[in-house]
Amino acid sequence: MTVRNLTCIICPVGCRLTVKIDRDGKVATVDGNSCPRGKKYAISEITNPVRTLTSTVRLENSSEKLLPVRTDASIPKAALFDAMKRIKTIKVIAPVKRGDIIVPNIISGANLIACANAKCLNDGK
Amino acid sequence: MEAFEKKIIVIGGGPAGLAAAIEANKSGIAPDEILIIERDSLLGGILNQCIHAGFGLHTFGEELTGPEYAGIFIDEVKERKIGYVLDSMVLSLTVENGERIVTFVSPTLGFQRVKAGAVVLAMGCRERTRGALNIPGTRPAGIFSAGTAQRYVNIEGFMPGKRVVILGSGDIGLIMARRLTLEGAKVLRVAELMPFSGGLARNIAQCLDDFDIPLYLSHTVTEIRGRERVEGVTIAEVDEKRRPIPGTEEYVECDTLLLSVGLVPENELTRGADIELDPVTGGAVVDSDMQTSAAGVFACGNVLQVHDLVDFVTQEAYHAGHSAAMFTEGGIRAADDYIRTKGINGVRYIVPQKISRSRLGDDIKLFFRVANIYRDALIVLRADDIKLNVIKKRICTPGEMENLVLDKGIRDKLANASEITVAVEER
Repeated sequence: MTVRNLTCIICPVGCRLTVKIDRDGKVATVDGNSCPRGKKYAISEITNPVRTLTSTVRLENSSEKLLPVRTDASIPKAALFDAMKRIKTIKVIAPVKRGDIIVPNIISGANLIACANAKCLNDGK
Repeated sequence: MEAFEKKIIVIGGGPAGLAAAIEANKSGIAPDEILIIERDSLLGGILNQCIHAGFGLHTFGEELTGPEYAGIFIDEVKERKIGYVLDSMVLSLTVENGERIVTFVSPTLGFQRVKAGAVVLAMGCRERTRGALNIPGTRPAGIFSAGTAQRYVNIEGFMPGKRVVILGSGDIGLIMARRLTLEGAKVLRVAELMPFSGGLARNIAQCLDDFDIPLYLSHTVTEIRGRERVEGVTIAEVDEKRRPIPGTEEYVECDTLLLSVGLVPENELTRGADIELDPVTGGAVVDSDMQTSAAGVFACGNVLQVHDLVDFVTQEAYHAGHSAAMFTEGGIRAADDYIRTKGINGVRYIVPQKISRSRLGDDIKLFFRVANIYRDALIVLRADDIKLNVIKKRICTPGEMENLVLDKGIRDKLANASEITVAVEER
């Protein structure tokens, strides 16, 4: 039985979790969480750590140079830099609406979506 | 020149200004009688460059990115047809003979003076700089405040450097450690003057631990070297009085130094109007209506006190916007009779700093911060020497703003109080 200490990242409270892991690598107990999401996080973090990714992509035909984007679901933590490599190649042409899918299934089934609106250059403010 | 008139002028179009304007409209002010004056070329304020998630858990039940959170309020301002001008800088606010005059310059309107029925200050804050820290050494390129670096990366599309040291473990520094790493820089270490981090524990986990970036507590930068560009910094351990300990210096080669060392509410306009400021918060002294010492001038958001969660900025701004609207209808008068609030015994400050005795009809929320980390502590609310409420807290830290509500049961006991105090006590 091994013990790992984690900080839950699900909400700003950041509960300190103590996780006991059995010989098969399965989570036996989770302590320190203030809510059930903390327990889910601990299990996920031990077996298959995931993160959401936020970044920016180049924007064309708009007054802003960059468009903020995010994955609409968590992706494997190990795939973060791979996802960043794919994001670097993307250029988006305005107009864009918040929530638009920029790249479907950019990694592991998560879509890359726009976080802001972007008007065309010739549109009024 | 003649001044035009508006019922409500909101200075700043970030999350505070947007919410205040929306609430003023909801409170009955016509949308064309409200004008948001914003200096940037778009609404949204600092949230436009906060592309990371973590905003809106209390307000929307989910964690949005900064632009998504701002976007919801921007959309509402536009739907309500509330007036706003962009690229426009307020030069001064004067309050004289019961009149409030806002002077601003705008590329579309030119030089303007507007007479305001009420003003909401929502100018946000700026960062402390190297000059404020007095770090010795040369003045090469490559030294940025963390927020400036964030603007370069997320708005302008530039990397500030390739090999980075960050001074200050507040959330902005931690968030930038992650952002720069994801964009291909090498963040060598984060140094923090205090023996604890000012940022959220989860940001230590997801911004530093995730990328094996070491955090050096009780350390600071004592020297910067480099002629045209940063070549390296000297980092030393500090003692309990935060003085560098001789012999602990380590030279770290890098090309970029980020400073994440504190935020300062941006109150030039407030000072210019001779409005009373609180030296601890850096913001205006306000009463429970968010009204400053100048009649009809209200303050909310980071310009009033530096916040951690935008949800509380929004709440505070709704309150200020509503009060501003009520003021223009004659519903609020500057009171003479106040109950002062005071943070004692580990509580650094309380906002609002005073409560009008004639306005104890509604719930009043007190926001405060503690001076150190306290575990298993009690927050004790007293009116003069009488205990009114005691709240148990598992942990309180300076980096997390706390609040407590004066409900009816408590307010009923305040009629003759001269001072309300909030203290931290051991269990």
